[in-house]
Amino acid sequence: MLRFTLRRLLLALVVGIAVSAIAFMLLRISGDLAISLAGEDASPAEVERIREQYGLNRPIVVQYAEWLWRAVQGDLGRSLFYPESVANLIMSRLPVTLTLAGLGLVIALLISLPLGIIAALKRNTWVDRGALGIAVIGQAMPNFWFGLLMIFFFGLALGWLPISGSDTWLHFVMPAITLGWFSAPVLMRLTRGGMVEVMTSDYIRTARAKGLPGRVVVLKHALRNAIIPVVALCSVQFGNMLSGSVIIETVFALQGIGYLAWEAISRRDFPVVQGILLLVALFYVILTLVADILNAWLDPRIRRG
Amino acid sequence: MTTPVLDVKQLAVQIPVADGILHAVRDVTLTVARGETLCVVGESGCGKSLTSLAVMGLLPGSARRTAAHMRFAGEDLLDMTPRRLRDLRGNRMAMIFQEPMTSLNPAWTIGDQLTEPFLRHGKGNRREATDRAVFLLERVGIAAAGRRLVQYPHELSGGLRQRVMIAMALMCGPDLILADEPTTALDVTIQAEILHLLAELQREFGMGLLLVTHDLGIVARVAHRVAVMYAGEVVESGPTVTVFDEPRHPYTRGLIDCIPIPARSRPGVPLGTIPGLVPSLVGGIEGCAFRERCAFATEPCARPVPVTTGAEGHAWRCILPSAVPSLLENPA
Amino acid sequence: MSDITATPPPMKLRKKRGRILGNSGLILAATVLGLITLMAIFAPWIAPHDPYAQTLDDRLIPPAFIDAEMADPRYLLGTDNLGRDYLSRLIYGARISLLIGLLTMLVSGVIGTVLGVAAGYFGGRVDTVVSFLITTRLSLPVVMVALAVVAVAGGSLQVVVLVLGLLLWDRFAVVMRSATMQLRNLEYVAAAQAVGCSTPRILVGEILPNLIPALVVVASYEMAQAILLEAALSFLGLGVQPPLPSWGLMVAEAKEVMLFDPWVILLPGLAICILVLAINMLGDGIRDATAPEGRS
Repeated sequence: MLRFTLRRLLLALVVGIAVSAIAFMLLRISGDLAISLAGEDASPAEVERIREQYGLNRPIVVQYAEWLWRAVQGDLGRSLFYPESVANLIMSRLPVTLTLAGLGLVIALLISLPLGIIAALKRNTWVDRGALGIAVIGQAMPNFWFGLLMIFFFGLALGWLPISGSDTWLHFVMPAITLGWFSAPVLMRLTRGGMVEVMTSDYIRTARAKGLPGRVVVLKHALRNAIIPVVALCSVQFGNMLSGSVIIETVFALQGIGYLAWEAISRRDFPVVQGILLLVALFYVILTLVADILNAWLDPRIRRG
Repeated sequence: MTTPVLDVKQLAVQIPVADGILHAVRDVTLTVARGETLCVVGESGCGKSLTSLAVMGLLPGSARRTAAHMRFAGEDLLDMTPRRLRDLRGNRMAMIFQEPMTSLNPAWTIGDQLTEPFLRHGKGNRREATDRAVFLLERVGIAAAGRRLVQYPHELSGGLRQRVMIAMALMCGPDLILADEPTTALDVTIQAEILHLLAELQREFGMGLLLVTHDLGIVARVAHRVAVMYAGEVVESGPTVTVFDEPRHPYTRGLIDCIPIPARSRPGVPLGTIPGLVPSLVGGIEGCAFRERCAFATEPCARPVPVTTGAEGHAWRCILPSAVPSLLENPA
Repeated sequence: MSDITATPPPMKLRKKRGRILGNSGLILAATVLGLITLMAIFAPWIAPHDPYAQTLDDRLIPPAFIDAEMADPRYLLGTDNLGRDYLSRLIYGARISLLIGLLTMLVSGVIGTVLGVAAGYFGGRVDTVVSFLITTRLSLPVVMVALAVVAVAGGSLQVVVLVLGLLLWDRFAVVMRSATMQLRNLEYVAAAQAVGCSTPRILVGEILPNLIPALVVVASYEMAQAILLEAALSFLGLGVQPPLPSWGLMVAEAKEVMLFDPWVILLPGLAICILVLAINMLGDGIRDATAPEGRS
């Protein structure tokens, strides 16, 4: 178990470096960063000055090596528009996004687990088809549009919830629901599939033969086995929510790293962009590792060989 | 005459399938007394497993069961509320299944699964449950029982798992155990041990034992009484010795003839076989289901055959006037 | 006069046809998709107005089902904040969504299939490298990276297609890899190798044809993903640029006037929804029709 974890951590590191390298390169080769920064009407002299100032005239590999060297020491550079360092900037906005993603995951589970279990127990009835229908529609909606609809209904028309900012917990309700709603379908299908398969197992028959009440059979015996892949998927979904925060946070004007990313990208604040991409990539890799660990830990057959 | 632990009369189970209704069990009448082992024997597909599942109320959802009556220690099983049935299951009537490798939940410890029925049926507290689990594990021949309690099923071999299943069935001190081919999936040497164990436990605890099997050798070894099933019906039943010595139904005779006896079967002499195939059970069957394969069939066999009873509760479903002779060249 | 010597189609094909025709969801989805495609192709003939023509006097006229009094029969679905006919813009918008969806699906499909089949067939080093590429790609936050690249490279149809195509190949690679691995071990591949068929011949002749069902299912899913992503990028202002009638862009424009005329956000979002739904159902339906045992 330990060796496995160490190997995966090493892989995480390598992938993290690869991702940061890709992000770094992409920003510089997809166009001329100096021109983007200077603006379209800038004179060639201004563009040249910007190139000098930010060291964009040096070979890419050199630029990257320097940035990487600083990054591993915790120095991600300074923002071009904000007075703080990139690291501070990101750290100050991170809690909002983490809270949002966490709430989103909770909501996704609240929707998908009960629906998935009931759909599995009442297969091919209208409950099952209804749940699958919800899943299908949920996956087809653009999440920004769903967010806007929610703003319209609950924010404007009914006035129940605030529509922008991140001051109170109420501000997180709609964004979290939007995030959760988008992840729920895939979680629900996995739960349903797992439950359907597990419920036909012999050990479920044994549990019934012991006279255990239905609730115990379903929750303690069936779900405990069916949920293993779902838990692992949750970890990955959390990562997706971090990435999708860009859209949700801009729609709801939440001051998280997603919003920060969008701001920075719009303004070509590339140190911030690089910093955020590195951070999210590292999160992803670690979350995948966590998913594998959870998978192994929850299944005694793997845990104790 | 004390009340039998299990009293089933004319049990039938029907399952809707693609081409119609499958009459998986057509007419099963049997009783199991306290302290007695009844073996239900027959080939695959004769409905013997479904019979025990029907008694426990564990049939698949679409199946329908009917019976003239079905009683457990005098209590009616047919109209019983689901709640009462759940109270009885694992408590006063327990079941042991065929596949020990998959019948235990891989995510919970042995100890947890053993104490579960004990606690659920309110037999005592956690301490008492654990004590009883240890006692029973040792009783079924598992050494270092305390250590086993915290292990997971995948850490035990098939034979050990089946012993755990037996211990689990005994946790609440049942009056009846239904064992559905408990040794089929095990090695031959382990089979003998498990059977020996079951017989011992029955002598000690005095419960009724309904043992389903396809192996006549097992019947000869452990059964006080036997019920032979064919195509969803009990075609012959009675004390084991009587049925083996004087089978009154050609199918029973066929089964007995099929047993190769190492000392007597000689090379070049054909082993016993029963020609033909089991008829389809979809839609009803008129008359005797065995007549297509029977060497003694006559015209009246196409009509419903009544049950004839003889001495000591020996009963059979055949119109032959005397014991069926062996068809082997050199009968035992 | 029928040809009595004609052999009936192979049993499998006949069964498949039955399953395809019998699946009502599939037929519905295919019909909707077909209609939208036709609408996109014949846009210049169907659309009542020029989608770019601004008539500043006719701004934000609601459609009849929202406010019958203020509606104008010339503009069936109303007008947007620059007086452009909504219906025409929606019709032309279908072109953008379908075009981007198809092109992205092709680009990512080619990349992903090549990588996946290579990894599955050759195994060993090739597999290790491809798996590493997939892991790296999965660790990239797609939306953020796409935004960043488009910001620097400039927003246009080509850039969006290229960026999304270079980012969305992972599912193709994963599915093709596992499917190829399963196929590689089958006997007829060994037979082909024994006969001395060259590797490309085996790949094209034996393996590729059997990958097609899985390929189609993944392709439909990725096309839907591409359409959703393009809408999101355009919504954020970093995708297709105005005045192109991208549906995502239309939602962004509607957001500006949401406080006063909320109905404007409904239509383009609904259009995206319907298109993506149809594509997903088509993919699901094809998957069910070609792998019936898997479904409950």
